[in-house]
Amino acid sequence: MEFGILVNEGPYTHQASDTAYLFARTAIEKGHKVPRVFFYHDGVNNSTRLATPPQDDRNVNSRWSKLAEEHAVDLVVCVAAAQRRGINDDVLAPGFRISGLGQLVEMGIQHDRLVTFGD
Amino acid sequence: MSDMDEMEDGSGIVKKFMFLNRKAPHGTVYALEGLEVVLITAAFDQDVSMVFTDDGIYQLMKGIDTKGIEVKDFSRTYRALEGYDIEKLYVDQASLDARGLTEDDLIVDVTVLSVDEMANLMVEQDVVISF
Repeated sequence: MEFGILVNEGPYTHQASDTAYLFARTAIEKGHKVPRVFFYHDGVNNSTRLATPPQDDRNVNSRWSKLAEEHAVDLVVCVAAAQRRGINDDVLAPGFRISGLGQLVEMGIQHDRLVTFGD
Repeated sequence: MSDMDEMEDGSGIVKKFMFLNRKAPHGTVYALEGLEVVLITAAFDQDVSMVFTDDGIYQLMKGIDTKGIEVKDFSRTYRALEGYDIEKLYVDQASLDARGLTEDDLIVDVTVLSVDEMANLMVEQDVVISF
């Protein structure tokens, strides 16, 4: 099955991004496809490469980058939500790209399921 | 705008998208940013329904005035939805009752549904996005 994933919360404050990541990773391990993850609302804060969490904790942002690299997952950050929150190409972690909301709608149209992680 | 470019390579597939609005219009950004997704989805010629439930029904309240909290008032956007061919607006009866509100308190025409009717409507959808 092809899953589209929508992440609506930022890292650390909220568990949504962790759960979305674990869902995506597990779905891929089980043989499903996760072609794209879309980051909206504070979810865009998952895309910055400037985050430096303590070493004894998981790195939420770089974990997404690794998933993208290993499984060709398209990590898309909403441009309007990103601009509101100071996220631009200069701070983007590997594997992320900035684009429009159309990419989210496209996931809903093309994939078998769209799964939302958020408040 | 990039969104406009993307709309041209549509696949011709029309799916039923339901947007579930559960939160008050102000206090968090969900309602404002959620509305953006609704408009883009309509621009992709999809079959759009909006549901207002829980505190989400406050998004449609008459007399919203945001001057005191110094944030953007986007409530007129709901009146403009018809212009985007978004005409399926549903409100949860129990949420109205719990807040002492009726249809007359709302700025747009809506269809009021019971919980069971709402559940049936949700089952019919291809995509449900909750804000």
